[in-house]
Amino acid sequence: MSGFTRHRRSGRVIANFTGFEADLLRSLASQLVELLRNEEAAPHGQDPFEAMMDFSGPTAEPEDPVLARLFPTAYSEDEEAAAEFRRFTESTLRDGKARAACTIIDGLEEAGLPPQLDEEGLMIDVELDEPTAETWMRSFTDLRLALATRLGVEEDDEAYWEALPDDDPRAQAHDIYDWVGYLQETLVQSLAA
Amino acid sequence: MCHHGIVSSASPVEVEPDIEESLTPDEVTLVATPWVTIVWNDPVNLMSYVTYVFQKYFGYDKKKAEKLMLEVHEDGKSVVSTGSREEMERDVQAMHEYGLWATLSRSE
Repeated sequence: MSGFTRHRRSGRVIANFTGFEADLLRSLASQLVELLRNEEAAPHGQDPFEAMMDFSGPTAEPEDPVLARLFPTAYSEDEEAAAEFRRFTESTLRDGKARAACTIIDGLEEAGLPPQLDEEGLMIDVELDEPTAETWMRSFTDLRLALATRLGVEEDDEAYWEALPDDDPRAQAHDIYDWVGYLQETLVQSLAA
Repeated sequence: MCHHGIVSSASPVEVEPDIEESLTPDEVTLVATPWVTIVWNDPVNLMSYVTYVFQKYFGYDKKKAEKLMLEVHEDGKSVVSTGSREEMERDVQAMHEYGLWATLSRSE
């Protein structure tokens, strides 16, 4: 695992993953897509006629903490303005984030990741143009925010995670969170170079 | 993108109709751009990433982007842009697209 680098001649952003790593990334991205698409946007409009005629977006903060973090309240002291903002942005943002996660899945599969990983020693080489690399970078943020919210990551809490026994599932999940962070860091460096 | 209710009028100066008449022209100019986009610290986003986003989206040079990022990191928040309410809503939406925690409010 060496993360992302910029190929000097082509300018493309490249990375090599083991089959296991690629499969893990795909699984995280798929879960995010599922969460974004399945969790119903919070209902609004109590009047049945109004509800029927209203095709716009949600106005209340999502119940799921991951979604609440991905779509934060834009006005902290004005509930009405916050609801309006949400109504006109959340659906677009949801679609964009789901599409970005799909770009990761498609990229891995186009690079040779089979639907079911059963081959030993498989290596997946991805090669991304700049806009695609930026989409991956943005989606890595969403994946990290999702993992961190589920784990309860806080500022300067590294010691807490390091002290957990290796067989604690939270320690394993935190290792994955760190790994995606490492990937993102190398991706940012490649794009900023 | 619809912006119903907060759509800007043809006039470049956005003011509440009820206060418009009581203001002198100078005061109108002062309230014409009274909004700010604030990015808040979170324990997840990488410093390099936040700097990258500020450079890429706002077009700030690296020095300014790093200064704002450090403000977010050390002070817990930073005003990253100033402008009309409509512009700030666009900026906040873009920050949410990048996964940054952003809000807008009237400038103090």
